[in-house]
Amino acid sequence: MHPDAGELQITVNGESRRVPAGTTVAGLVSTLGLGAGRFAVEIDARIVPRSQHAERHLADGEVLEIVTFVGGG
Amino acid sequence: MIPGDQQLVIGRYRFDSRLFVGTGKYASFEQMRSAVDASGTECVTVAVRRVDLGQAGNLLDHLDLERITLLPNTAGCYTAGDAVRTCRLAREALDCELVKLEVLADEKTLLPEPLETLAACKELVADGFVVAAYTSDDPVMALRLEEAGAAAVMPLGAPIGSGLGILNPRAIRRIKARASVPIIVDAGVGTASDVSVAFELGVDGVLLNTGIAAADDPVLMASAMQYAWKAGRAAFLAGRMAPRDEASPSSPTQGLVARS
Repeated sequence: MHPDAGELQITVNGESRRVPAGTTVAGLVSTLGLGAGRFAVEIDARIVPRSQHAERHLADGEVLEIVTFVGGG
Repeated sequence: MIPGDQQLVIGRYRFDSRLFVGTGKYASFEQMRSAVDASGTECVTVAVRRVDLGQAGNLLDHLDLERITLLPNTAGCYTAGDAVRTCRLAREALDCELVKLEVLADEKTLLPEPLETLAACKELVADGFVVAAYTSDDPVMALRLEEAGAAAVMPLGAPIGSGLGILNPRAIRRIKARASVPIIVDAGVGTASDVSVAFELGVDGVLLNTGIAAADDPVLMASAMQYAWKAGRAAFLAGRMAPRDEASPSSPTQGLVARS
């Protein structure tokens, strides 16, 4: 096994997930099937601007919130 | 737009329709879309929530975003901090700075929490947001929100989802009389006449959700709401007659044929 290979443990919207080391925000979002929709990503309560999704690598233990819009008044 | 009327201007946003509708509580996305279309609105509220990773379809796919401005709300927030965080997420997702600020006191009353609302309003305005602030029908609080930089102040007609109508029309009129930003009655509207009453009081807009979504036929009620805002606004612009206690005949009292 490659020494860099491995997994990260992260939390996405309250649920624990394992992703390959080196996964970026853009990669995760794509895996989740969110594509080009309107959503926003926070890591550890700080917004990660869309322009940084491609280069922002996830780190072990990080807590992500990914939000979109639902019906409301 | 009503002949002789002007557009409603909130910050850099301009609307011909003065009716704002919510997108919650509908049986399906299709019903929501049909109701939104029937209401003629140009601006709908939406809530910010976690992506449901198992769910197919998104609300926004069912709205004509070329024609309709989204007004993200902070529903579910009970502190200024949570509301500001929610607005920043909405702005990141939509690249749009118009927000409906709603900080509630508790889940039972769903009444606005004035101190947290005011604190959040100040922070959001400083951060460049165009804030439409939900508040009680207290004329003093409405003024404080305006002073804090709110682009529109949204007093309730009655508690959220109650459908009780405009409980304190005199307070709404006083809020409007003192305000220099648009006043939009938000919450409490139960049926079309409530919307007309609000506009006859002189307010600049009405926002409602449950009054349409909880009707037996939401799409027909949405259409009724469009008639109602136009009727109320036109009546306000027309200037109503002065009410009087005594009767006054509408037909001439002269030239009557001989009475038998």
